[in-house]
Amino acid sequence: MNTPADVLVVGGGPAGVAAALELRRRGVEKVVLLERDCHLGGATRHCSHSPFGMREFGRVYFGAGYGRRLEREAEQAGVDVRFGHSVVRLGEDGSVLVTSPQGVETLRARRIIASTGAREQPRSARLISGDRPIGVVTTGTLQSYVAFHGLMPFRRPVVVGSELVSLSAILTCLAHGARPVAMLEQGSHALARAPLTWLPSLTGIPFLRGAEIVDIRGRDRVEAVQIRHAGEIRTLECDGVLLTGRFTPEASLFLQSDTGVDAGSAGPAVDQDGRSANPLLFAGGNVLRAVETGGWAFREGRSVGAVVAADLKRDPAAPEFIPVTYDDPVKLTVPSLLRPSHLREGAFWHFQLRFRRRAVGRLSLELDGQAIWSRRGRWLPERRVLAPLPPRALLAAHVHFRFQEES
Amino acid sequence: MPLQSTPGHASFDVAVIGAGVVGCAVARRFALAGAKVVLVEKGADILSGASKANSAILHTGFDAPASSLELELVRAGREEYLEIYKQLGLSLVRTGALVCAWSELEAGKLEDIARQGRENGISELGLMTAAAARATMPTLSNGLVAALEVEGEHIIDPWSAPLAYLTQALALGCVFLRGTEVLRGEFDGRWRLETSAGILEVGAVVNAAGLYGDTVDKRLGLAPEFEIKPRKGQFVVLDKAAFRHVPRIVLPVPTEITKGIVVCPTAFGNVLIGPTAEEQDDRVRATVETRTLEALLVRGAEIVPALAGIPVTAVYAGLRPATEKKAYRVIARPEKRAITLGGIRSTGLSAALGLARHALQLHEGFGAAFAPPSALPAVSVPNLTETCQRDWQQPGHGEIVCHCELVTRREIEAALASPVPPGDFGGLRRRTRAGMGRCQGFYCNARLAEMTRGRLATPLAVDEGRKP
Ligand SMILES: Cc1cc2nc3c(=O)[nH]c(=O)nc-3n(C[C@H](O)[C@H](O)[C@H](O)COP(=O)(O)OP(=O)(O)OC[C@H]3O[C@@H](n4cnc5c(N)ncnc54)[C@H](O)[C@@H]3O)c2cc1C
Ligand SMILES: Cc1cc2nc3c(=O)[nH]c(=O)nc-3n(C[C@H](O)[C@H](O)[C@H](O)COP(=O)(O)OP(=O)(O)OC[C@H]3O[C@@H](n4cnc5c(N)ncnc54)[C@H](O)[C@@H]3O)c2cc1C
Repeated sequence: MNTPADVLVVGGGPAGVAAALELRRRGVEKVVLLERDCHLGGATRHCSHSPFGMREFGRVYFGAGYGRRLEREAEQAGVDVRFGHSVVRLGEDGSVLVTSPQGVETLRARRIIASTGAREQPRSARLISGDRPIGVVTTGTLQSYVAFHGLMPFRRPVVVGSELVSLSAILTCLAHGARPVAMLEQGSHALARAPLTWLPSLTGIPFLRGAEIVDIRGRDRVEAVQIRHAGEIRTLECDGVLLTGRFTPEASLFLQSDTGVDAGSAGPAVDQDGRSANPLLFAGGNVLRAVETGGWAFREGRSVGAVVAADLKRDPAAPEFIPVTYDDPVKLTVPSLLRPSHLREGAFWHFQLRFRRRAVGRLSLELDGQAIWSRRGRWLPERRVLAPLPPRALLAAHVHFRFQEES
Repeated sequence: MPLQSTPGHASFDVAVIGAGVVGCAVARRFALAGAKVVLVEKGADILSGASKANSAILHTGFDAPASSLELELVRAGREEYLEIYKQLGLSLVRTGALVCAWSELEAGKLEDIARQGRENGISELGLMTAAAARATMPTLSNGLVAALEVEGEHIIDPWSAPLAYLTQALALGCVFLRGTEVLRGEFDGRWRLETSAGILEVGAVVNAAGLYGDTVDKRLGLAPEFEIKPRKGQFVVLDKAAFRHVPRIVLPVPTEITKGIVVCPTAFGNVLIGPTAEEQDDRVRATVETRTLEALLVRGAEIVPALAGIPVTAVYAGLRPATEKKAYRVIARPEKRAITLGGIRSTGLSAALGLARHALQLHEGFGAAFAPPSALPAVSVPNLTETCQRDWQQPGHGEIVCHCELVTRREIEAALASPVPPGDFGGLRRRTRAGMGRCQGFYCNARLAEMTRGRLATPLAVDEGRKP
C-alpha cells in the first residue's frame, strides 16, 4: 500500500472491529484493519460458554460464531481487513511496521487506533516459587487448547484466582473432562460476585480463601503444589496449575514506543477521546485497562471510532493535556489524561476506575480542589467503578480522585 | 535412542559424556581432529544441566584467578569464539562491561581489579570516574562512585552456540545419543561403557557431566578427586522495554564466592538481573523463589532506576557445577585414557571451546592420533538474536506463531526438522524462542502443543480432549 490509509486499526477483536465499522459508517474512506490472527473476534473466539453480541447485533453468539459475525460485518462495511498482519512497531509519525507472510512493510495512516486487547499474567510475572515444569497455564491458553485444537494441558489442575474468568476456567475444565483439585484465592474473599462464586461448591471443588501457592513441584510436568492456607503448608497433588485472571493490557507496542504506558493501567494513557499523548494515536478496548467484557470493548471501540471520524476533519495537533491524579487505593482511571476538546462528543462519558484492594470510604472527584461528585461505599478490586466526566472537567487545571478511607 | 540405529558405530575413538556446552564443544573439537566421537546425554535434549541457564556473558577472564587454568581456557575459548562465530551463524553483542563501585570501599578495590586484569593479559581496561561511566551509560544510578570499564566483555546467544558446536560435530560424523545415561564403565585397554541404551566400546572417555562430574567419575571407577557442591543462581528477565536502558553489562565488585548480581542486556533484546549464589545439596531442583525474585527486582532498580516498574518477562534458575575448590577440576588419567572436565562452575560458556582444545591436547598426550578430515562441511545455525536479521523480516515465513518473540512457523518447522531437533519443550524454546516472551505462551502455547504433537519427550498436551 503506497497511499496512506485514513485510519489503521491494529487488532481485530470486538473493539477494533467496532471502531472500523463506525469509521466506515461515518463515511471514512480507507479503513485498514490489521489482525495478526487469521480470524476476527480476538479473545472472544475461545470463550465457548459466554454469550456475545446481544446488544450490538440483537442475538447471541458463542465462541468463534461471534467472530464470524464480525467478519461478515467488516466485509459488508468495506473495511480492508488484512489477516496475518502483525504490527511490530508503532511509529510516532503515524506509521506502523508490519510483518506478514509477504515480509515486512511500513504502513502509514492519518490516524491509528490500537485495540490489541488484554491477556492474563503468566506465572513468571506473578513471581511464583518453585520448579518450572510444563502444565502451568492461563485460562486463555487452556481455552485455546480446547477450542482450537481439541487438546488438554492437564487433567487435575489447581486453579488460582476467583475472578469471573476463573469460573469460566472451571466450566472449561469440567466440559472437557478435567477435574480441578482445588480453587485458591489469595484474598479473604472471592473477587467475582455471587451467585457465580457458588460454582465451586456446586461442583464439589474445594474453594480455599486466603490460600496461595508457595512451591510448584515437578521435573517435566507439574506433580504437586505446596500451598499455604490457614497458616499451614499443605501439599496438593495435581498435574497442572491454572492461573486465572490478573489481566494486563497487551500494550507492548506502547511500552516499546516513546508514548509509553500508564503506570496505573499498564495500557496507553488516553484522554477523553481515546487519544494518547501522541495525537495521531488512539486506543480502545481492553488495551486501555484490564479487564472488561466483550460487549463493553465493542461499545468502547465504536465510541473511539466515532471520535476519530470527527478528528480526521481537523488538524491532528492537540492541545496540552493534564493528567488525572488519584489517591491510593485507586489503581487506575480511564481516561487518565484530559484535554480541552474541539469535538462535540468525546469517547468517554465516564471515568472508569479500578481499586487496588478492598476499601470502605468516600470517593470524590475534585476539579481544581472542588468536589463535584462523591460516593461512599465498599469498593472491591477488579470491579468496574464509574464516575461522571462532565464537560467542565476538560477545562480544569487539576482533576483529582480523592479517597477518604473509613476503618 | 537405541544403539542399533547406529550400526558400525557402537565402537568409537572417544565418548564424550554430557551434552552441556562443554560436551558439545569437546565433541566438535575431537570431530574436527578426525576422531570417531559419540556424545552421550542422559537428558531428552542438549543443555539439560547447568548450560541451560546462565548470564550469557562471553568473559574476558579479567577477574579470573591469576595464572589459573580457568584464565587460560577462558581466554582461549573466547578467542576461538571470536574466530568462528560468524561462520557458524552465531552472534556477538559487543556491549562491554562496567564494574561498578557503589561505595568508597568498593571503589578502593577497582584499582586492584584493574591490576589483576592487566596481569591476566586483558589490556582494554579503564578506571573511570562516576561521571565518565555515566556518560557511557546515563541510566546508571547516581549513587555510582567509580567504575572500571572492561571493553572486551560481550554477550552471546548461550543456546545457539552449543547447538552450532554439536551440529558441526554431527556433520563430521559424530553420533549423538540422547536419553542415554552412562551407568558404568570398565577400562581394559579400551573402555566398555554400559549405558541405559546399551553397551558402547570406546578408546577414551571425556567426562563433561557438569553437575554429575563426580558421580560419573565414580561410575567409571575413577578415584574421586572432587565433590560437586551445586550453587544456584536465580534470575529475572525484564521486558524488552528495558533494553534501551541497559546498553552495557553492569557488574558489581566481585566477592570471593561470586561475581555478584549483574544487570545485563541479552542478545534477544531483554535485560537480565541476577544471578544469586545459593549453595544447595540438590542437583536436580533449580527452583525460583518469590522473595529472591522480588529482591532482584529491587536491586536492579537500585542500579538502573529506569528499570523500576518494567514488567517481568521470565524468571529462571540455574545450578553451577561448583566443587569444594574454586578452580576447574580438569584431570587427565593417561593410564585409563580418561579426561574429566569437572567443576566448570561459572565460566563454562566462555571457556568451552578452550576446554575442548585442552582436552584434545591431553588426549594427544595419551599417544593417540587421528587423521583430520580433508574437507570441513559448512554448518550454520539460525539466528535468534536481535543483532542480525530475523526470520520475521523475510518473506515466506508462513505466519507468526509466537507474537511476543516474533517466532515464525518456518522457524519452528525448521527446528523440528534440524539435525538436532528439540527433545523437549525447553529445547524448542531454546532453539526458536517460542513461548519465551512477555506472555509466556498465553497466545501461542496451544498452537505449539499442536505443532509439536508426537515430537517431544513430555508432550504439552496430556492427551486429546474432546473436539469443540
Ligand atoms: C480467557 C478469557 C475469558 C473471557 N471470558 C469472557 C466472558 O466470559 N464474557 C465476556 O464478555 N468477555 C470475556 N472475556 C473478555 C473478552 O474476550 C474481551 O473483553 C474482548 O475480547 C476484548 O476485546 P478487545 O477488542 O479489546 O481485545 P481482544 O479481543 O483481545 O482483541 C485483540 C486483537 O488484537 C490482535 N492483536 C494484538 N496485538 C496485535 C498486533 N501487534 N498486531 C496485529 N494484531 C494484534 C489480537 O490478535 C486480537 O485479535 C474473556 C477474555 C479472556 C482472555
Ligand atoms: C547462574 C549461572 C550463571 C552463569 N553465567 C555464565 C556466564 O555469563 N558466562 C559463562 O561463561 N558461564 C556462565 N555460567 C557457567 C556455565 O553455565 C557453566 O560453566 C556451564 O554451563 C557448564 O557446562 P557443562 O557442560 O560443564 O555442564 P552441564 O551443562 O551441566 O552439562 C552436563 C551434561 O551432562 C549430562 N549428564 C550428567 N550425567 C550424565 C550421565 N551419567 N550420562 C549421560 N549424561 C549425563 C547432564 O544431563 C548435562 O546435560 C553460569 C552458570 C550459572 C549456573
